[in-house]
Amino acid sequence: MLETSALTLAGKTFTSRLFTGTGKFNSAGLMEDALLASGSELVTVALKRVDLGGQQDDILSHLNHPQFNLLPNTSGVRTAKEAIFAAQLAREALETNWLKLEIHPDPKYLLPDPIETLKAAEELVKLGFIVLPYIHADPVLCKHLEEVGTAAVMPLGAPIGSNKGLRTRDFLEIIIEQSKVPVVVDAGIGSPSHAAEAMEMGADAVLVNTAIAVSENPVQMAQAFKLAVEAGRMAFEAKLAPAKNFAEASSPLTAFLED
Amino acid sequence: MFGEVFNQHNWEAVKSSIYGKTAVDVERALAKEKRNLEDFKALISPAAMPYLEQMARLSQAATLKRFGKTIQMYVPLYLSNECQNICTYCAFSLDNKIRRRTLTDDEILKEVAVLKEMGYDHVLLVTGEANHTVGVPYLKNAIELLRPYFSHIAMEVQPLDQDEYETLIAAGLNTVLVYQETYHEGNYKIHHPKGNKSNFNYRLATPDRLGRAGVHKMGLGVLIGLEDWRSDCFYTALHLNYLEKTYWQTKYSISFPRLRPIEVGTNENTSHKSFDTYMSDKELVQLICAYRLFNEEVELSMSTRESEKFRNNVIKLGITSISAGSKTNPGGYVVEPQSLEQFEISDERSPQEIARMIRLQGYEPVWKDWDHALEFSNKS
Repeated sequence: MLETSALTLAGKTFTSRLFTGTGKFNSAGLMEDALLASGSELVTVALKRVDLGGQQDDILSHLNHPQFNLLPNTSGVRTAKEAIFAAQLAREALETNWLKLEIHPDPKYLLPDPIETLKAAEELVKLGFIVLPYIHADPVLCKHLEEVGTAAVMPLGAPIGSNKGLRTRDFLEIIIEQSKVPVVVDAGIGSPSHAAEAMEMGADAVLVNTAIAVSENPVQMAQAFKLAVEAGRMAFEAKLAPAKNFAEASSPLTAFLED
Repeated sequence: MFGEVFNQHNWEAVKSSIYGKTAVDVERALAKEKRNLEDFKALISPAAMPYLEQMARLSQAATLKRFGKTIQMYVPLYLSNECQNICTYCAFSLDNKIRRRTLTDDEILKEVAVLKEMGYDHVLLVTGEANHTVGVPYLKNAIELLRPYFSHIAMEVQPLDQDEYETLIAAGLNTVLVYQETYHEGNYKIHHPKGNKSNFNYRLATPDRLGRAGVHKMGLGVLIGLEDWRSDCFYTALHLNYLEKTYWQTKYSISFPRLRPIEVGTNENTSHKSFDTYMSDKELVQLICAYRLFNEEVELSMSTRESEKFRNNVIKLGITSISAGSKTNPGGYVVEPQSLEQFEISDERSPQEIARMIRLQGYEPVWKDWDHALEFSNKS
């Protein structure tokens, strides 16, 4: 079987380029089964959902598999200051310095705050965190984040949970072209074809949650995403044939030059 | 301030506009991806009734997309039934001759122990309005007392000033519920003849004060049964629309309490039960779906005043949080279970039974979905 190249992120190697979330599932048991089926090796967990001081957290106990690396996220914070405080708690409680930095002061569309995110990222990198920031598909912001030392950038395809696909496609292409750190397309991926599209485009990984959790059969959907991400990556590595908007003319306009 | 928006609308004009909506208006609203206030009017109008099943399906899908297969669990904790207001529908009304009680620290902690035993992590504090005994210092103390035990603290008490809200938020308060009861000013005065609560405009401006105080979440609603529910709910949607644009960093929830029969004690005024504008179960489902189709992000909350059968069936239609095992009297869980309830609850099942019911429907009951650590800046 053909294999695609592994992803290296902050010095860690990932065979799977499908990152997953843990929200919205109808039970922790089903979440576990779906994440196992997805082959995912990086799983994000909202701090607000876990009992940081508790001994027996329902979500965490179902993520206790060697292949799952935890990626705590700061969903719920509104400022850089809150994010930094929450990140430190997460590091202590979950014993990882990996962090999905999410600052969305707007609770309606959960859109990331570029200013606070950049501020927090700079500070958190200095504090020794491996920062994966969730942000708009803004190429300039991505370069700024890269410069302050984030391990990746995670631009959105569409608003979180919207399942609308790669609405930011043109900007994602610029980000992928310019980035020196891995680009993870986060948010908005609603179907395996969207995930494949992002991978074909050259994204290093995708993060999917709602589309798996809310489907009628999350385990099967997780497998479908696994295959789509692999197929998309394989196609990217195999180099897609260029798309053509026109048929080849039977009598080429420049044929006379050959006479 | 919302008052300016409110004053641009005339109650009778709103009402006749809602009742004038036609099947064409409903179909147009259903076909849209984003719906405005006129669409909301169509969806709550009598013309939408034949489209209820379609509304329910759309509402379910929209709720799943945003909230997933989860239901947030919360429980009320009544701290006091002392009240200086007369509200014609409320058991705690000043003119209702009942024994008054305000819980001490020790009693609060006894109640808390029971709630923790039940598994709760999100609590809603409730009091009447008695500023001398249950004012801001009392509430602040209660919040500080509860903070180590609950990840999320909500409060439903009298409207306060902005600086008072700021004090309580700094102490650990996350959410404030303040229902307008009715947006019909004339009827509001009839149902709230005495006490601070009779000030319609002060209450109407409360969400603005809360927004300025930077509250994390606020809850809106009207008491269904005081006035034409359709018009009152339109004003609620109008209020929500204004607040979301003005205080865009705040989260919102809506409740739709229907009046329940209450015990009137020694009070001779027996008009308490005679409300003629109740809504049917079918209409409540219509309202829930209409709110969801109007706003995909707003949280919709349902208390134990609704029946078992109704609650079982609306879990999948758009509701995002429910209470269970609730007591609506101060000390009701353990300190003084026999005292008078604010209203009679209908669904008496335990939180564990409700959690089981939710799981059987393919949803997960969520006990914790917030953390005080996330609101650090408000406490510094």
